[in-house]
Amino acid sequence: MLYIFQILNGLGLGMIYFLISVGLTIIFGLLNFVNFAHGAFFMVGGYLCYSLVALTGSFWISLLIGPLIVAFLAWVSEKTLFHRIYHLPHTFHILVTVGIALILQESAIIIWGPIGKNIAVPQELQGVVTLWSFAYPVYRLFLIAFTIVIGMILWFLLERTRFGALVRAGSESAEMVSLLGVNIHRLFAQTFALGVGLAGLAGILSAPIRGVHPFMGVEVLGIAFVVVVIGGMGSFIGALMGGLMVGLVQSVMSTVWPEGASLMIYGAMAAVILLRPYGLFGRA
Amino acid sequence: MLNIASVHSYYGKSHILEGISMTIGEGELVTLLGRNGAGKTTTLRSITGVVRPQSGSITFLGREMAGREIHEIAQAGISLVPEHRGIFGMLSVEENLAIAVRPGHWTMAGIYEFFPRLYERRKNGGNTLSGGEQQMLSIARGLLTNPRLLLLDEPTEGLAPVIVDEISKALLKIKETGMSVLLVEQNLQICEKLGDRHYVLEEGRIVYSGSAEEFATDHSIQDRYLSVGV
Ligand SMILES: Nc1ncnc2c1ncn2[C@@H]1O[C@H](COP(=O)(O)OP(=O)(O)OP(=O)(O)O)[C@@H](O)[C@H]1O
Ligand SMILES: [Mg+2]
Repeated sequence: MLYIFQILNGLGLGMIYFLISVGLTIIFGLLNFVNFAHGAFFMVGGYLCYSLVALTGSFWISLLIGPLIVAFLAWVSEKTLFHRIYHLPHTFHILVTVGIALILQESAIIIWGPIGKNIAVPQELQGVVTLWSFAYPVYRLFLIAFTIVIGMILWFLLERTRFGALVRAGSESAEMVSLLGVNIHRLFAQTFALGVGLAGLAGILSAPIRGVHPFMGVEVLGIAFVVVVIGGMGSFIGALMGGLMVGLVQSVMSTVWPEGASLMIYGAMAAVILLRPYGLFGRA
Repeated sequence: MLNIASVHSYYGKSHILEGISMTIGEGELVTLLGRNGAGKTTTLRSITGVVRPQSGSITFLGREMAGREIHEIAQAGISLVPEHRGIFGMLSVEENLAIAVRPGHWTMAGIYEFFPRLYERRKNGGNTLSGGEQQMLSIARGLLTNPRLLLLDEPTEGLAPVIVDEISKALLKIKETGMSVLLVEQNLQICEKLGDRHYVLEEGRIVYSGSAEEFATDHSIQDRYLSVGV
C-alpha cells in the first residue's frame, strides 16, 4: 500500500518533468537551440505563482495567467536575443542561455529574497481523498489529472493541427518550410514561447507542493536534460516516458534508498547514451 | 514576369554565378540546361532567396526580390520544387500537402485528382514513398502554394522511364493551365518537348539562349555545351 502512495507521487512528479522536458525537446527539435535558461523560466513560473496568489488570492488566476506571462517573457527574449544566435554552435547557445538563467536567478533573489517561499494549496484542493484504505492529497491527484489533460492537448496541437505539422516539418528542414511561404521566424518564436511557457506552467503546478526558491531551476534543468537524453531529443513520447520514468524512480527510491535514485537515473542515462545514442524514442 | 539581371552569387568565397541574366514571360515554360556543377541549382536558389545574390537584380511582377526573405519571395508567388524533392519524411503525404495550401486554383481535392497515386498514399509517411511518388508529392506541394511561377529542379532525375513519362505528362498539363515554369532538366527530350525557350548555363554564365525552334535545329549547341554528362 505504501507503494501506491509512492507511485502516485512519482506519476505527479513525472508529469511535471514531462512538461518541462517536452518544451526543451520541442525547442531543440525545431530550433536546434540548447536552452539552458529553461530551468530559470520554470523558477520564474513558481515565483509568479507566489506573487499572483499573494496579489489576487487565487491560485486559479496564477495558473491561467502565469504561464502566459512566462511565455511572453520567452517570446520577448527570443525576438530580441536568442534568434540572433541560432546559427552559432551549441556552445554559444549554452553561454548565452546560462547568462540569462543567472540574470533571472539573481533577479529573483533581488525581488523575492534568497530564502524560499511556501505557497498554500488552493482551498478547493485541500484535504485528502480516501481510496480503499489509504488517504492521498487531493491536490496531487488534481496535478496528475490536470497534467494528463495538458499532455493530451499538447499532443493534439503537435500531431493534429497545422501549427504542429509545421513544427514537425521545420524540425526536418526549416528552409523547406520557408520555401512554402511560411514565416519561419514567427514559427520559431511561437514554438520557443510555447516550450518555455510549459516550463512556467510546471513551475506553477509544483509550487504548492515543493515551494519555490531561487535555485529550483538549476535542479530541474539537470533532470530535464536527463529526461531528454533518455527519451530522445525532439521526441514528445520520449519526454513523456523519460519524465515518468525519472519521476517514478525518484519517488519509489526515496523511501528505499534515496541516494540510489540518482545512481539509477544517471546510470540509465549512461546506458542510453552508450546503447541508443539518439534516445529511446529519438531518431537519428 | 521574372527578370534576372546580372546576378552574382557566392558560396562563401567561391564565385558561382558570374552575372546571369534571363527572363521568363507570363505563361512561358523556359528550360535551363547545363552540365553538372554549372550552377543551375544555384540559380534557382538565388531566385528563391535561399542564396542571397551578392549583386544584380531579380524582379518578379515588377517587384525586387533580391535580398528578400525566403518566405516573402514564396508569398510573392514563386514556388520551388527542389533538387532531392524536400519531402518531410516524418509527416504523412496529406500533411506534406496541407501545410503548403494557399488559396487559389489548386486545391487538395484538385491535387488528388491530378495525382491519384497521392490520394491512395495520403495516410502514408513521406519517408515510405518511392522516388516517383516523392517527386509527385513535391510537385503537388509546389502547386498547392498556388504560385505564379513554378521552378522545377531536375524533376525526372533518377526515376525509371515509365515514371519519367508520367512526370513529363504532368508537366505538360501544368503548362497548359497557363502556369509560368522554369524547368531545370538534364533530359533533353523533355526539354525539347515542353520548352518554349531554352537557356544553357556553363560555369556560372549563360552561354546560349534561344527559342525552341532554333534549339531543335542547331545541333551544334547540344554538342558544344551539353554532350558530356547529359
Ligand atoms: N553549399 C555549397 N557550398 C559550396 N559550393 C557549392 C555548394 N553547393 C554547390 N556548390 C558548388 O557550386 C557549383 C554549382 O553548383 P550547382 O548545384 O548550382 O550546380 P548544378 O548545375 O545544379 O549541378 P547538378 O546538375 O549536379 O545539379 C558547383 O561547382 C558546386 O560544387
Ligand atoms: Mg543541381
